[in-house]
Amino acid sequence: MPDPLLSIRDLVVEFNTEDGIVQAVDGISYDLFPGETLGIVGESGSGKSVSTMSILGLIPQPPGRIVRGEALFKGKDLLKLSKKALRRVRGNEMAMVFQDPMTSLNPVLKIGYQIGEAIKTHRPDQNNAAVKKRALDLLKLVGVPNPERRVDQYPHEFSGGMRQRAMIAMAIANEPSVLIADEPTTALDVTIQAQILEVLKKAQEETHAATILITHDLGLIAELADRVVVMYAGKVVELGDVSTIFASPRHPYTVGLMDSLPRLGGDDDWLRPIPGQPPSLISRPPGCPFHPRCFLSQGRVRCREEEPLLRPIGDSAHLSACHFAEELEGRTGHLVEPVGAEA
Amino acid sequence: MTERSVHDPTLAVAPPGADVSVQPSLPGDPSELTYQYGLEVQARSQWAYARRRFMRHRLALGSLIILLAIFGCGLFANFIAPYTYRQINLQALSQAPSAKHIFGTDSAGRDSFSRVLYGIRTSARVGVLVGVLSTVIGTIIGGLAGFYGGWIDNLLMRLTDLFLTLPLLAVLLVAAKYLGHSTPLKLALLLAFLIWTSIARIVRGSFLSLREKEYVEAARAAGAGDLRIMIRHMLPNTVGPIVVAATLTIGTAILLEAVLSFLGFGIEPPTPALGALLNEGQDQGLDKWWLVTFPGVIIVVIVLCINFVGDGLRDALDPTQRRIRA
Repeated sequence: MPDPLLSIRDLVVEFNTEDGIVQAVDGISYDLFPGETLGIVGESGSGKSVSTMSILGLIPQPPGRIVRGEALFKGKDLLKLSKKALRRVRGNEMAMVFQDPMTSLNPVLKIGYQIGEAIKTHRPDQNNAAVKKRALDLLKLVGVPNPERRVDQYPHEFSGGMRQRAMIAMAIANEPSVLIADEPTTALDVTIQAQILEVLKKAQEETHAATILITHDLGLIAELADRVVVMYAGKVVELGDVSTIFASPRHPYTVGLMDSLPRLGGDDDWLRPIPGQPPSLISRPPGCPFHPRCFLSQGRVRCREEEPLLRPIGDSAHLSACHFAEELEGRTGHLVEPVGAEA
Repeated sequence: MTERSVHDPTLAVAPPGADVSVQPSLPGDPSELTYQYGLEVQARSQWAYARRRFMRHRLALGSLIILLAIFGCGLFANFIAPYTYRQINLQALSQAPSAKHIFGTDSAGRDSFSRVLYGIRTSARVGVLVGVLSTVIGTIIGGLAGFYGGWIDNLLMRLTDLFLTLPLLAVLLVAAKYLGHSTPLKLALLLAFLIWTSIARIVRGSFLSLREKEYVEAARAAGAGDLRIMIRHMLPNTVGPIVVAATLTIGTAILLEAVLSFLGFGIEPPTPALGALLNEGQDQGLDKWWLVTFPGVIIVVIVLCINFVGDGLRDALDPTQRRIRA
């Protein structure tokens, strides 16, 4: 296996709130290898976004605080970099695609100018003609029709899908080696989602960037990701290849997530949700954070008292944080119909 | 009306001669079809909307024209004025308005019309200079306070409060006294130093809300530094309110300049300024009505027009207002 491009080790991020300290990310570790797509799934508030935002220094501090951990990227610990050095990484070596393209573009600036800004921030010596040419090429690459005209338009003249394409163009403008897509399709409707997936794939092929795909959409993961990190309550609960996770999930939370999805051709009348609510991150349950909602736990003492650690299940690349993961042997996840599979 | 025609739904069909049957087989996004037929609705930028709204605001537009005319006369005073402002004619002392001296002459036989024109030039110069300077000061202070928040905000805003609580006239009079011999530049610096506060507050408020916007976060994620975010990403979103406030500041500055000059603390004679002309005219008695009336009326008209233009700009630059006022 090649050396990881980015490795996050034991990252802990807290937020100071009026109600107390929220541990949004609680000691997570994962690796990102060159060229791969790593999917991070989990419910709202499971720490998916915070874990990536914090390594780029994008969480407001205060109230946020990175308690400990390291994020090694090309030999440097991002968490120890100076503000200035970190700024050189952001948007240059690591770029982000945000969730809501409607609000992530500046309404008073032309699209071409905004893409140009992304380039000029890191390459101030480039002349305007070259930057504009590059913006045009990028718009073409992400499939914006009529780029010559579009480059001089304002965001309000773009549809949601077009805006997300423009956001992707901005993100890959500097050929980053890591692309972080934070719920890139959540704000879009389903038909546009499929198109944006294609654009993301193309962007990745073009730049050979390793991609972190943050989403709560398992369909998206099935479609795009090579490996999956499942997060719950600020912790990694399962990690493995996408085919392994979908074929044989070994954490009850992952099983629950897959069970809760509607299936094509199924004759169920009801969706099967995971019972209960995600835990409060201020007073997290002792032991396994998932035990109050877990169908395996059923009041077992060990789940209540001992916090499960990530451990290899079966092959060494498949990790699960469940004391009783072996009991899920033979359990298969449902093959999710990937979004845009027919597109 | 020609502008309207593109919005007319009845026109949203292929132009004559276009082969309608090929439409379904055209590749690409169907929404781009309109481009191929040249039928796209010409989308307007924010500025185009603003310009349009301003043009429809008759009072503001009229005021702008009058203002440009008055300032133009001041700017080109040396070409328009029949005499210079210090040319003495001993044969025409204290004459009422006539064909030769349309605003009359003063007790030294100087042509009042010429002096008013040069006075406009001085006052306008002071006003615009104050507008620019106080906008720069106010934008920097308000911008830093709003962007960084915390103790920086506290410090800068308490400073702003301090300036707001100063009794303006008293400070101006004392300062003018100590600075002595006022040139337009000196006076403008003094005024700008005292009246940047309202712009600072406006910019601070705007920056406070802008810094929470997602596109600012996106710019940060793209590696933009604080200065770049403030200047390239946030400032363009604040231009509207700043322009309005700057316009109104010019009016305030012209009034203050007039007050100071009238009280004898402003622009030193013989350089004419509108307030100074009032002062001189008042010294020469009320029967020389033309010496106070013309400069006075000009001051009122200028300030009134500036306020109307400011009003028009406020309406025009408010993006939530789509309604076009008559």
